[in-house]
Amino acid sequence: MLSAYAVVALYLLLSLALLGATLLLWWALRPKKPNPLKLEAYECGVQTVGDTWVQFRAQYYIFALIFVLFDVEAVFLFPWAVAYNQLGLYAVIEMALFLLLLLSGLLYAWRKGALEWV
Amino acid sequence: MTLIQAVFILFAALTLGAGLMTVLSRHLFHAVLYLILSLVGVAGLFILLEAEFLAGVQVLIYIGAISILIIFAVMLTRGMARNPGPPLNNQSLAAAVIAGLFFILLAPVLAGFPWPTAASGVPADAIEALGRSLVDPNQFALPFELASVMILAALIGAIFIAREKR
Amino acid sequence: MGQIYDFIYNLLPYLGMWLHGFLRSLGLSEEAVFLVVGLIKAFLLANFGLIGFAILTYVERKIVARFQDRLGPNVAGPYGILQPVADGIKLLTKEDTMPAGADRWVYNLAPLIIATCALAPLVVIPFGPGAIGADLHIGVLYALAVGAGALVGVLMAGWGSNNKYALLGAFRAVAQLISYEIPSVLSVVIVVMIAGTMSTVGIVQAQDVPYLFVLPVAALVFLLSGVAEVGRTPFDLLEAESEIVAGFHIEYSGMKFALVFLGEFVHALVVSALFAVLFLGGWRGPWLPPYLWMLIKMSVGIFLFFWLRATLPRIRIDQMLNLNWKFLTPLMILNLIGVALVDKGLRAAGVSGGMWAAGLFLFNMAMLIGALALPGYLGRRARMAALAGEAEAEAVEAPVAAH
Repeated sequence: MLSAYAVVALYLLLSLALLGATLLLWWALRPKKPNPLKLEAYECGVQTVGDTWVQFRAQYYIFALIFVLFDVEAVFLFPWAVAYNQLGLYAVIEMALFLLLLLSGLLYAWRKGALEWV
Repeated sequence: MTLIQAVFILFAALTLGAGLMTVLSRHLFHAVLYLILSLVGVAGLFILLEAEFLAGVQVLIYIGAISILIIFAVMLTRGMARNPGPPLNNQSLAAAVIAGLFFILLAPVLAGFPWPTAASGVPADAIEALGRSLVDPNQFALPFELASVMILAALIGAIFIAREKR
Repeated sequence: MGQIYDFIYNLLPYLGMWLHGFLRSLGLSEEAVFLVVGLIKAFLLANFGLIGFAILTYVERKIVARFQDRLGPNVAGPYGILQPVADGIKLLTKEDTMPAGADRWVYNLAPLIIATCALAPLVVIPFGPGAIGADLHIGVLYALAVGAGALVGVLMAGWGSNNKYALLGAFRAVAQLISYEIPSVLSVVIVVMIAGTMSTVGIVQAQDVPYLFVLPVAALVFLLSGVAEVGRTPFDLLEAESEIVAGFHIEYSGMKFALVFLGEFVHALVVSALFAVLFLGGWRGPWLPPYLWMLIKMSVGIFLFFWLRATLPRIRIDQMLNLNWKFLTPLMILNLIGVALVDKGLRAAGVSGGMWAAGLFLFNMAMLIGALALPGYLGRRARMAALAGEAEAEAVEAPVAAH
């Protein structure tokens, strides 16, 4: 079984190498004429003012958090799904309970306005 | 030195080295990236242990979700632009000595301990067995349901803390 | 005649056997042969991804052009066939304008990570009964996991560019990508549940009836979230040219931009391939060789992507996130529970084969119609309430204004 992962590792390294080779080829071929105007950050032709720091709203963090929790739930689902065909109705009820608890969490987030973007 | 031993040393070095760089790096964003590299090393170690499902979960959750959460949290702190200063403070020498003594105490204990090894290898239907054990009332059904309650509690707590005060 | 058909049908296994025999005759040990064959498979797969990307850029422009009643590229070579070559040469000779203050390592590594994580799932796509890069036990989980690795690359690109718009674009991109990962993963879980295995080969072999007809809701949601994950129209806020000017890859030019672009297209290719494997029955089909069936089914998904791009306008980010968290995720959770219960019920009743497929199909269709009708009904009620409120306000104002 580990041999399959050797192929996966080979494939990842090979694609990394191929893409890196394309970048090297580009480095050899491209013109290099640095110019202070070219080095400025792009903002539709307007000069930039102030630091590169954006008003980071907590909304991004809440979405990421909800995503992490649902991702963990999906991870619990995978082994259950693989064993599903051998399991009885009892297991389905257990999983339904698990999922409904999380669905109620999503509903709570919805009602509390945590899912709004603005 | 078999191939598997060599690969193990590679992944172990990756995990430990990246972990060290996480702690020593001055730049917060770089520290997070080294952490991600360390997690990749752990996933590789899982594969070497033939725990492929755990390796997949490691990449999906830790690298695909929790790292992003950490990056967002790091970006919430305004101090990222400023140089945080040297990672070592004036107590570092005493700390290093005490940690070294602790290591000298622990190493022989850990090396001489009769760790139990699994009698058989990993079965072919390991994932199915894992799924069955999750819903078996005699095995892990209760922790499984409690996990969902814990996730619900985490969700409610996070939303309560993070929402705007009206 | 039958021999030629048999040869073409089993082309890939015959090639594999010939290669194996040839390398053995060179005196290599079994492990070395395995490594060399693995290397060749990896090389072929990577090139399939890269050449597929080149062809797709051309095909997309032609198809979208035809949808818009124009010709598309027809200058470079006959029918514009050499357009990808021309694009490649152009990108290879562009200067690399790295902005001042950009973090060099992060800025340079990000496109590589995005492109590699986009190419990575190709190794678990089966092109025939034995023709696969690596038949992992966790096939689909691996495909989903490495796809998620590209998110880190996006954040690195946004942060490393030292540009407000890039950072903002990266945040919005990641918010969109992580949101749409949940319905995607849940629909894959439903397929794994019915098939009983996470291996892609196992899933294809379990599809006596293609899962498109057994689990239409899961198929639809997988396609929808796939379109959103790739960042194509109507979800292409990530590179909304008129809004945040190309989002997180503003500061990339030349080959680095090509790598990010490659990541997006190869991701679309991978989603189509996964759709073909999970829902269309993979390589199975009458008469034609398996790899041909696989290519045809992948083209279905890709054509759907182009069709959607040519037809629909862009939707706003809050509409998009609402669609995901308030509609798709609850729908998939309820669908999962429903399919599990209905499947257990049908099996307990002793139904199998076509009747079982029909039973699940009817349940899914009922759920789909209900799910589509509910927001419509709620929307109409809200509109009626709003209209009634307006009429009331007018009725109050009119007597006041009459004075």
